Amino acid sequence: MAEGAYLSIRGLSKAFEGTVAVAGLTLDVERGEILALLGPSGSGKTTTLRLLAGFETPDAGAIVVDGEDVTRQSPAARRFGMVFQHYALFPHLDVAANVAFGLRGKGEDAARRVREVLEMVDLAGYEKRSVAALSGGQQQRVALARSLAPAPRVLLLDEPLSNLDPALRERTRRELRRAIRHVAITTVFVTHEQEEAFDLGDRVAVLSGGRLEQVGTADELYDEPASSFVASFVGRTAELPGERVGGRAGTLALVRPEAMRFVANGDAQLEGVVTERRFVGAQAYFTVDAGDGMVFEVQAPLKAVQVGQRVRVAVDRVLFWTHAEARPQRGVPPGPGAPA
Amino acid sequence: MRAPRRGNVTALLLALALFWLVAYPLVFIGAEATHADVGGFVASSSEWAALWASLWISVASVGLAAAIGVPLALLFEGFDFPGRRVLGALIALPAVLPPLVGVIAFLFLYGESGFVSRGVQALLGLDHAPWRLQGAGAILLVHAYSMYVYFYLFARAGLARIDASMLEAAASLGARPWRAFRKVTLPLLAPSLWGAALLTFMTALASFSAPYIFGGGFRVMTTQIVATKLNGDLPTAMLETVALAVLAIAGFAIVQKSEGNRLVVSVGKGTAPQARQIRNPVARRAAALLGWLFGLVLLLPHLTLILVSLVPPGTWTTEAVPPVLGLTNYTTLFSEPERLRPLINSLWMAAAATLGAVALAALAAHLAIRRRVVLRRAIETLLALPWAVPGTVVAIGLATVFSVRSPLAGRWVLVGTAAILPLAYLVRSLPLTGRALLAGYRQLDPALEEAAESLGAGRWRRLWRVTLPLLRPALAAGASLAFVTALGDFVTSILLYTYDTRPISIEILSSLRLSDVGVAAAFGVVLMVVSAVALGAGARAGAGGAGASR
Repeated sequence: MAEGAYLSIRGLSKAFEGTVAVAGLTLDVERGEILALLGPSGSGKTTTLRLLAGFETPDAGAIVVDGEDVTRQSPAARRFGMVFQHYALFPHLDVAANVAFGLRGKGEDAARRVREVLEMVDLAGYEKRSVAALSGGQQQRVALARSLAPAPRVLLLDEPLSNLDPALRERTRRELRRAIRHVAITTVFVTHEQEEAFDLGDRVAVLSGGRLEQVGTADELYDEPASSFVASFVGRTAELPGERVGGRAGTLALVRPEAMRFVANGDAQLEGVVTERRFVGAQAYFTVDAGDGMVFEVQAPLKAVQVGQRVRVAVDRVLFWTHAEARPQRGVPPGPGAPA
Repeated sequence: MRAPRRGNVTALLLALALFWLVAYPLVFIGAEATHADVGGFVASSSEWAALWASLWISVASVGLAAAIGVPLALLFEGFDFPGRRVLGALIALPAVLPPLVGVIAFLFLYGESGFVSRGVQALLGLDHAPWRLQGAGAILLVHAYSMYVYFYLFARAGLARIDASMLEAAASLGARPWRAFRKVTLPLLAPSLWGAALLTFMTALASFSAPYIFGGGFRVMTTQIVATKLNGDLPTAMLETVALAVLAIAGFAIVQKSEGNRLVVSVGKGTAPQARQIRNPVARRAAALLGWLFGLVLLLPHLTLILVSLVPPGTWTTEAVPPVLGLTNYTTLFSEPERLRPLINSLWMAAAATLGAVALAALAAHLAIRRRVVLRRAIETLLALPWAVPGTVVAIGLATVFSVRSPLAGRWVLVGTAAILPLAYLVRSLPLTGRALLAGYRQLDPALEEAAESLGAGRWRRLWRVTLPLLRPALAAGASLAFVTALGDFVTSILLYTYDTRPISIEILSSLRLSDVGVAAAFGVVLMVVSAVALGAGARAGAGGAGASR
């Protein structure tokens, strides 16, 4: 996809006072594609976004849009739209003046464009409102409208939903996706929530320590992780000693809870006692203590086993093999439900 | 933030300019003081007496101001009674009286031929005034009147920040109100009280108008310096200036240090305790009556000034109350060009100083907060430094540096020109504008400027459309304070003015000397009104812009 890429990030690096934030990041984004940058805090995703916007200057590497190198261009010259985490709406301007801020010229053309984008985010008629009087979700939509009004080449969003309460988040996410699809704009957004990344992004780039771990669709990341980091960061995994599940001694097997099942007899690799059951809907996570500090979760039907019961567990598939010393580093705890 | 290197050159130039204005004169004072007869200075009892007087007057002023201001704050923040709102606003009134104007108002009120003295004299049938408004007592009276406001405002702000749930927690743990007050309220209030104490101490130490008018034979360091300088003994004046500066900076450092140790960080944010309604009807009446009486006492200097300004020249001799009132003084003031001159001088010089101080502070805040330049500490310190240095010291320093032409050393002859007073006002205003703009910039979310930039706005458009409008409250607050301070300045003016550039305060003084009491009062009223209007406009501009900012 290197040839056809609309936005191309090539070997981008940035350090702050000796601390490496982004280390040689290379990524391509297709025209009209929505790319999510996913990673724990400190993974370099926000720095990458700020480098793209032009608020930081890279130490090395290049940013190319539509064949034009914009690495040294000022943010004002880049024609990238940005939606800030806290929206950064101008408190002294009303909704219309905020949205019109990036438009060249005033007059009827600008007013028409303001109406147009406000309509697109379902805020027609809000022109004269004060931005402080809007709800969080409305502010987010004004911020989106403002960034889209000058018809930017690339849209950047910094944690676009983190400022909203959970009840509002899912609806706003749908609206956001609809609006971005509607204008078919090449989009890069930053998030630390996998659900958000998978739901909103066509592809997801997983970052860790300023490096790209893997980029791919949700299915690819979940089923074929390229690293132990991705395996454990995306979805849940149990870490099992390799020799217990048919591997060599000194290895570590990363296994999804749904890739294990309780069995009555012979083909079980593991044995232990159920210490806890966590209800997650149709199924439950059963915590099994297999001794020697080996504790893992098995996903099974609600009534499969009882707490306190001694069980045998069979492993159907090992997701990722790694060395025991190189235990994967977990960033933020995995979200509540692994994408199925 | 993007290219810190680029800002560093500007920052270096700014730091040099600030150093030249603020610190360079101090260096010169130190250098000149070495020519003085140090042995004679140390052996002189009058020097030690003045130094000691400065110190104890300042400490006593802190005590008196606290004794008035803190109980008032507790009363107004803790209890509700009729007229609480109006009185609460009235109580800050001494703040709109420039120092010299406050002093002459006291003179008209409590001086030998003042209203109160005449009243008491008539009442008791005495053949001379019942008291002389002179010496340490008179100075302390003026200080207490004008400086309790610091304690009142700081303590009220501190009380309003205290989370009511902390007092409820103390109560639920069995603490009675007095214990809760001692163990919870006071410790939480300590940082505010230290702040007020520092402000009062520094103001009292630098105070010049009251000791100058009421001191008589009683000298404090500020008046001692001016007297020595007028006697022509410049090196000794320098040495005295150094002594005062050392005292000021030592006081500043001591209070700053203890303040730092006592700083209590408030956890979380809660709602302030509700003011308790006084239910007992007798107590209610008593509180209201006392409140209004106190308000009247506060208002008396203002009223006196207005009354005296309405007395035509030569019509009031021995009567207790002036027999004739009219606008003669004002028509004199506004119709005679020579009389109007000081007003125009003061207005343009204060405006120029304000403009300069705001511009320097805005640049400094931008570089220190937004660009985070290497020299930001030095810049912030230089901005704040004139605050720790009494006005007398600033004036003597400027008079020293700018009395010699030596461009290579950064010295030009400005003494005797129209430039020296605005420059002195500017230096004195820097801490005010600096503090306001640093705070304004700190509250300004950098994402707002970034948002404007990513929407294609260039540097000037960002400044004009985003940064300046959002800084409006800080700009208004800093500018109005700077303007009012410069307009009412007496202490630097008396050392640096020329006849052509004489400001209002000097004209008030010379009118007083000529027993032109009515004109002096009329000038005082004009100064008071312009100050009040400027402060009011500053507050209104601030409130208008602050509405929606985060």
